[in-house]
Amino acid sequence: MPLETPIVREKSRLGGIVWALFTGILAFATICPLAWMISTALKVPDEVYDMTLIPAHPTLVNFAYVFTKLPFVRYMLNTFFIAGSITVLALLLHSMAAYAFSCLRFPGRDVIFMAIFSTFLISLPVIIVPLFILARQFGMLNNYAGLIIPPIFNAFGIFLLRQFYIGIPPELQEAAIIDGASYWGIYWNIILPLSRPILAAMSVFFFLANWNSFLWPLTITTNQNLWVVQVAIASFHDQYSGSWNFIMAASTVVALPTLILFFIFQRQLIESIKTSGLK
Amino acid sequence: MTTRAEQSIGASGTAAPKRRKLSRGQAEALAAFLFIAPDTIGLLVFVAIPMLFSLSLGFFEVNGFGSYKFVGLANYRRMLNDPLFFQSLWVTIQYVIMLVPGLYVVGLGLALLIRRKSRLSGLFRTMFFVPNVVSLVVVALVWQVLLVDRVGFINQLLETIGLPSQSWLGDPTYAMGAVLLITIWFLMGYYMVIFLAGLQEIPRDYYDAAKIDGANAWETFTRITLPLLRPTSFFVLLVSTVSAVAGGQGFDLIYVMTKGGPANSTQLGIFYIYMQAFQFNDYGYASAMASVLVLILLLLTVILFALTKGGRFHAT
Repeated sequence: MPLETPIVREKSRLGGIVWALFTGILAFATICPLAWMISTALKVPDEVYDMTLIPAHPTLVNFAYVFTKLPFVRYMLNTFFIAGSITVLALLLHSMAAYAFSCLRFPGRDVIFMAIFSTFLISLPVIIVPLFILARQFGMLNNYAGLIIPPIFNAFGIFLLRQFYIGIPPELQEAAIIDGASYWGIYWNIILPLSRPILAAMSVFFFLANWNSFLWPLTITTNQNLWVVQVAIASFHDQYSGSWNFIMAASTVVALPTLILFFIFQRQLIESIKTSGLK
Repeated sequence: MTTRAEQSIGASGTAAPKRRKLSRGQAEALAAFLFIAPDTIGLLVFVAIPMLFSLSLGFFEVNGFGSYKFVGLANYRRMLNDPLFFQSLWVTIQYVIMLVPGLYVVGLGLALLIRRKSRLSGLFRTMFFVPNVVSLVVVALVWQVLLVDRVGFINQLLETIGLPSQSWLGDPTYAMGAVLLITIWFLMGYYMVIFLAGLQEIPRDYYDAAKIDGANAWETFTRITLPLLRPTSFFVLLVSTVSAVAGGQGFDLIYVMTKGGPANSTQLGIFYIYMQAFQFNDYGYASAMASVLVLILLLLTVILFALTKGGRFHAT
């Protein structure tokens, strides 16, 4: 996407070169730690502390170890299932709520919306203790329901979608009502198809966030069969402290899906962050 | 559940034959309530009620098996006599005071750097943003490798240029600094994007006018960019403050890297609360401390709302 920025075109070639060098070095330094992760994952144990980014004897042994000696495939499938379910359910419920808050009139609309918006700043660590006690009471300890249901609910998604739906012309809905459409019909056949781009962006966003989430799965599960990848690598680290080649191989495996998703969808992701900050 | 909602919402939109016919407004309101019900109930049960529950739990002694005993203010009295609690508050304050301005300066600096019109800008933006897509657990592990005592990459690099190597995560003097730098490295791309969006809102005419008036780069920055960036600045400062207090990023990093050590130097309030609850099963005491944190956060939220007029970030 071309950046429409109010800055004059670079005046001198020299200025451009200095800028490119300086920013380039900073940018390279920024990604260095991640390059080091991949590099360490490809190294044999003796080379782990060598200062070379390209391993002298690159090996896939570390990856083989992670996949054969540990139930890492199971952890990945768990995480995929959990993050995917949260994403689908959250988008469905958030878009339903956002549709009502933006396109329908009802008593108390603004008050309810403000109440929902105000939960936006309550983050998980702050309520983790009572949420855990409550979830335990509901029988959500050590099962998929506990891993999937509580993380669905956050005001951020409703807020973002509502901002988008406000821009949909009300005439569209009026016409549909005259044609005899129900509100569910309008939501399902008009609103959802119109919001495909923002839903796509948000699904990437939600999936990434839940693939990366650590605190809640750590707290709500003790059963290893339910572990997600983040909990697995954190405990893997306690178990194999010092065997950095294995730990970095596992980390690479965990980070790779997020990096790939980011490179494919980065434009949409960055656009949705911009919207969240400014509207 | 979906099908039932579909039927009832469908029925309310068209005239139901046998029942009293709803007016258009009533039908619309009924449909709206059904649309918002699942999310509203979910937020109530999994966010709002835990929040209120947390405030009352602080007056109870709760053991790991879930039996409750009302103890009045005992947990709060204990807090006043707990040096570790005050230590964790102090660590939190240090963390917030250093992290928030750090993120502001780095985020804005990067945004200013990459808003230059160049074919490389997009590539650099991607590179600065990449750390933000990796999980904090992975971030913590990667930096632990880099910061290994003596033989780690960072220490070898320092020795190469003639500086002494340090035990970054094992020395109370440096551990918090290391956690802060890592947090900034992780978050800077996110705030860079927010600042970029803010910069794009500034009309180009202002810069043209400043150029005609002969303003230099510094004057342009302080007289045009900064004042017109005020809504974005509010957003960034307050969101980063709230998330720093609430342990948005700090928790995961500290759990994996330092477990609050060395010598409690990285024990954020939120981490101490978690340990009290899930290490020592002292849910009541943990909730009492969480209530204090909630009060701080509530205060910050009120400030956020006052400054931004209910979440809308218009120029003031």
